[in-house]
Amino acid sequence: MSRARRATPHSRPPAGRPDPGAGARVEGLTKRFGAVQALSDVTLDLPGGRVTALMGENGAGKSTLLKILTGDHRPTGGRVLLDGRPVDLRSPADARAAGIRIIPQEPEIVPHVPVAENVYVGSLPRRAGRRLDRAELRRRIVADLDRLGFADVLEPDLLGSQLTAAQRQLVEIMRALTGGSAARVIAFDEPTSSLSEHEVDALFALIGRLREQGVAVVYVSHRMQEIFRLADRIAVLRDGALVGVRDAGTTTEHELVRLMVGRDLSTVFVRRPVVTDRVVLDVRGLTTDRVRGIDLRVHAGEVVGLAGLIGAGRSELALALAGDLPVRSGSVTLDGKPLPSGRPGAVIRAGLGLAPEERKAQALFLHRTVRDNISVAVLERLRRFRFVRRAAERDLAQEYTDRLRVRTPSVEHEVRKLSGGNQQKVVLARWLARRPKVLILDEPTRGIDVGAKAEIYRIVADLAEQGVALLVISSELPELLGLADRIVVLQNGRTTGELSRAEATEEAVLALAMAEDISTSDPGASS
Amino acid sequence: MTTATTPPAVPDDEARRRPAAGTALLSAVGGQNLSLIGALAAVLTVFGLLNDHYLSLTNMQVIAEAATITGLLAVVQTVVIICGGLDISVGSQAGVASVVSAMAFTSTGSNAFAGMAAAVAVGLLVGVLNGAVIVYGRVNPTIATLAGLAAYKGLAQLLSDGRAQGYVLNDAVFVFLGRGRIAGLPVMVWILVAVALAVHVLLTRTDIGRNIYAVGGNDTAARLAGIDINKYLVSVYALIGAVAAVAGILLTARTGSGQPTSGSEGLELKAITAAALGGCALKGGKGTVGGTLLAVALLGALENGLTGQGINSFWQNVAQGALLVVAVVVQQRRTGERAVGLPA
Repeated sequence: MSRARRATPHSRPPAGRPDPGAGARVEGLTKRFGAVQALSDVTLDLPGGRVTALMGENGAGKSTLLKILTGDHRPTGGRVLLDGRPVDLRSPADARAAGIRIIPQEPEIVPHVPVAENVYVGSLPRRAGRRLDRAELRRRIVADLDRLGFADVLEPDLLGSQLTAAQRQLVEIMRALTGGSAARVIAFDEPTSSLSEHEVDALFALIGRLREQGVAVVYVSHRMQEIFRLADRIAVLRDGALVGVRDAGTTTEHELVRLMVGRDLSTVFVRRPVVTDRVVLDVRGLTTDRVRGIDLRVHAGEVVGLAGLIGAGRSELALALAGDLPVRSGSVTLDGKPLPSGRPGAVIRAGLGLAPEERKAQALFLHRTVRDNISVAVLERLRRFRFVRRAAERDLAQEYTDRLRVRTPSVEHEVRKLSGGNQQKVVLARWLARRPKVLILDEPTRGIDVGAKAEIYRIVADLAEQGVALLVISSELPELLGLADRIVVLQNGRTTGELSRAEATEEAVLALAMAEDISTSDPGASS
Repeated sequence: MTTATTPPAVPDDEARRRPAAGTALLSAVGGQNLSLIGALAAVLTVFGLLNDHYLSLTNMQVIAEAATITGLLAVVQTVVIICGGLDISVGSQAGVASVVSAMAFTSTGSNAFAGMAAAVAVGLLVGVLNGAVIVYGRVNPTIATLAGLAAYKGLAQLLSDGRAQGYVLNDAVFVFLGRGRIAGLPVMVWILVAVALAVHVLLTRTDIGRNIYAVGGNDTAARLAGIDINKYLVSVYALIGAVAAVAGILLTARTGSGQPTSGSEGLELKAITAAALGGCALKGGKGTVGGTLLAVALLGALENGLTGQGINSFWQNVAQGALLVVAVVVQQRRTGERAVGLPA
């Protein structure tokens, strides 16, 4: 891949670069959670004036390392040094006082107050009594915006609720960089997941400036292009251990993936088509509050991709098919029989399953065991009278965790303790155990690492070969192009086109997803 | 399938190993329950030292009998809390049932079974009403049952004209319920044991119980997994109504007549305190009958001991309120939720 190392001209290192020996260092860092070894003997330099990228599959130990740095977790063994001196990080307040800051993935913003108050929340300037010193607040925010170079992107009077995702992140960054001691180490935890390309450029320019100021930047991301654009050094974790530190100038994407997964992995997923001509799911003129006149057919053994921009109505279509959103008109049949609407239980019994978009909010019982999470949709097959046959249940959970290679100490482990990829496999295990005729997967690989992604693609391919009709929703086009036999594109609640595997390219899909007002026909008439 | 992928690494054996024996025992009994057992032992020791009579068999039976009605309500409160709800009208429901059982008994010419059947039927009805108001009226469970607390108390007073109703201790069945013994234990305690065991089996061994935990743990996920959550919520409130009716019948049997408020007022506080102390997460999805029963025993032993020491019952109310808050604070601290604004 081409290597645009520096984000913008802003970030070129100045002549007087600070001593790179300064910064943070972790030595022999170890963390155990019960039986799970989250981090084992990690020794890593985080030099000032450098961007160190942290990579690894989900569950590799990146979050644990960050949480130790920020004082959220105490290490089981090892220590953290700052400028060569050990620091004791007992709480987030200690870490803050020592100059270690983290920019969380999801910024926490107060919606009803302006930017200035959001930035200094907790340490607002006051006049006599307890009245807010608005003049001082104004002076401070203008000065800080200027100093940090955000003056033209962040208007101090905007309310929290009016901010874009990028601006919200800027507020978090300002919180980290103002007040208290000077920031020495700043960690960014997947900061770009909700940013547009333009906003990413602005963020990278800022990170460049932090580097010039001698701050040790830690950057956690799954995105290769960003990492090569930004990082000086790349540290790779696998199963809690540091497996290598590479110089960004000499390593390759291929090498990093190999380090992360411990094996070679082709980035291109090729699936053998096994489509039959037996229609399993037949949707005609389906109209709900969000989608209009959807026509869709999925055959046995076919993987149909559902593409579209966020807000196009893909997830709403999935929820309506699953019986969770009301259907206004249209018909849906499964194996020729009308699919009940409005009751998820009846839909599941008819043979349709949905692995929804938001794993934690919509699918998992986080405080229950892996076993409970897998068996929940098949209890009626596992019971004698109303008693659950527990041995059969455990065997079933064991069978599917083995088949899907769910990495868990046992099926009695609480699901919240698993990594994102393994949690997603638990959700898939639930539906595989149910043996549906139609399975809808909404963003099945969101937020999970390359290794787990490949395993999920394999599961999808296996299901298709077993004759299951699959409908896959994904915002990652390469994934959809690799998996789907056919891609249906939605825009603003309507289907705007359908592409066969041969026709489907990223450009063709995007053109349909963003097409302007392609159909003026009535609801139900478009196809 | 033809991926260019080699099979992923075999998960390491280290991670698959089962927890050590000590950990297994701890997880079987539960940390929460161990602390309850410790607290119970401490209470029994302290009052046993202060009062020779405290640990006698007779006093233990007094404690058990006094705790029975609270226990019944606490056990079903556990179910509704696990399911993600709350019922603060249980005491008033028991009051209605007590009055109905005595009045139906009297008006059917001293037919005890008619009295009990009428009470249970009214209990079911009241429970279904609670559930329907919550699920279909979209009223928050706390508010809906707060309304019920007032309304059912008023209903009991209206039905009874505010006075104790009927006299049932001329009937062998009521005498047996209130005063009888089987194998040395009061019949009332046996009823609690039977109900608790049935609810425990329901929760842990049946698909119904699993689904109750699922509904309380994550209602969206439960719905998308095919569970009819409305049906579960209404049924759970109906179950509460039925068991509250049983508690009301026992109240009648114990006092000899139908009591609109005396004996049932304030039971909701005890029931909820016991459930919270016993480890129920008030957000739902977590809790056990065993933990709740231990908490009921602890509360009963404490109340009896304090009364024996001549501690004013006003102080006992203060202590009970404090205990409920402490139980929930301890529980919330364990969830690690950040102390920001209103709790989730």
